[in-house]
Amino acid sequence: MWTWYHKLSSPKWFYQLSGQWLPWIACAAVLFLGTGLVMALAYAPADYQQGNSFRIMYIHVPSAILAQSCYMMMAVAGGIVLIWRIKLAEMVLKCIAPFGASITFLALVTGGIWGYPTWGTWWVWDARGTSMLILLFLYFGVIALQSAINNTSGAARACALLSLVGLVNIPIIKYSVEWWNTLHQPATFKLTEKPSMPMEMWLPLLIMVVAFYLVFTVVLIMRVRNEILEREYKTNWVRKLIDPSADRSIKSSVKNGGE
Amino acid sequence: MYFDSFEAFLAMGKHGVYVWSAYGLAIVLLSVNVIAPLLNKRKVVAKQQARLRREQQKRASN
Repeated sequence: MWTWYHKLSSPKWFYQLSGQWLPWIACAAVLFLGTGLVMALAYAPADYQQGNSFRIMYIHVPSAILAQSCYMMMAVAGGIVLIWRIKLAEMVLKCIAPFGASITFLALVTGGIWGYPTWGTWWVWDARGTSMLILLFLYFGVIALQSAINNTSGAARACALLSLVGLVNIPIIKYSVEWWNTLHQPATFKLTEKPSMPMEMWLPLLIMVVAFYLVFTVVLIMRVRNEILEREYKTNWVRKLIDPSADRSIKSSVKNGGE
Repeated sequence: MYFDSFEAFLAMGKHGVYVWSAYGLAIVLLSVNVIAPLLNKRKVVAKQQARLRREQQKRASN
């Protein structure tokens, strides 16, 4: 268990393993996203009250779910940074924030676009919307803090602290529709109950949620890999990896062997 | 298939503008997030290669 843990936290090991996995995860992401989009747009039946505007749900709900789980993952990475000072966790923490911010932005904007034809307003300062807006600002805060501090691990520790403090916002978002009277409808999915929608409606949603998670995984892996190349320059394996002259010598030896 | 015609699919009842702008924004945002690290990788590799070359030249001249 511990050797596995140490291996996983080694940038070299992560770089090699993620390189093998990345094409498969990317394929799965394209597959799920494509299927999900077609089902959501063309095959799901329209809502009897909201008509076709309810199709925005297939973007809005996955992005809102992902916005919160991204934040939780960022905070977990932050905790690991503060306790064990693992370099890979610092990189993950840094790389989640931009994606998290854009997905939170997507959830907010699609909420507005859905709200206008359905409830007649783009935005109200209700608990759900406001706490999501705070989430967006927390992401902005982490990004700004990251770029404001030059010392890499110092920046990571500051961001870790901020993301842990901001964690208090997550239950507020989750329970906001229950604690306060709000315009926002209650959760579409509950783990403990059967969905209240027919299968043709919730299956595309499930596929879209999986698709969003897969896209996030692809983006995170690509970003962390870049970050490793950036920060692990001093190690031999990275130098070997990027060295164009090493590459050329392999090519020339192949060529020489052929002649 | 829920819609009778392609026109009906584009119109989305009366909600075409809303549905398509939401999906459009989603596609744009996800694409940007995927393309940015792809472009960045080239930049990082080029930068580190240049650094490596400088060091190798320095070592060669010493």
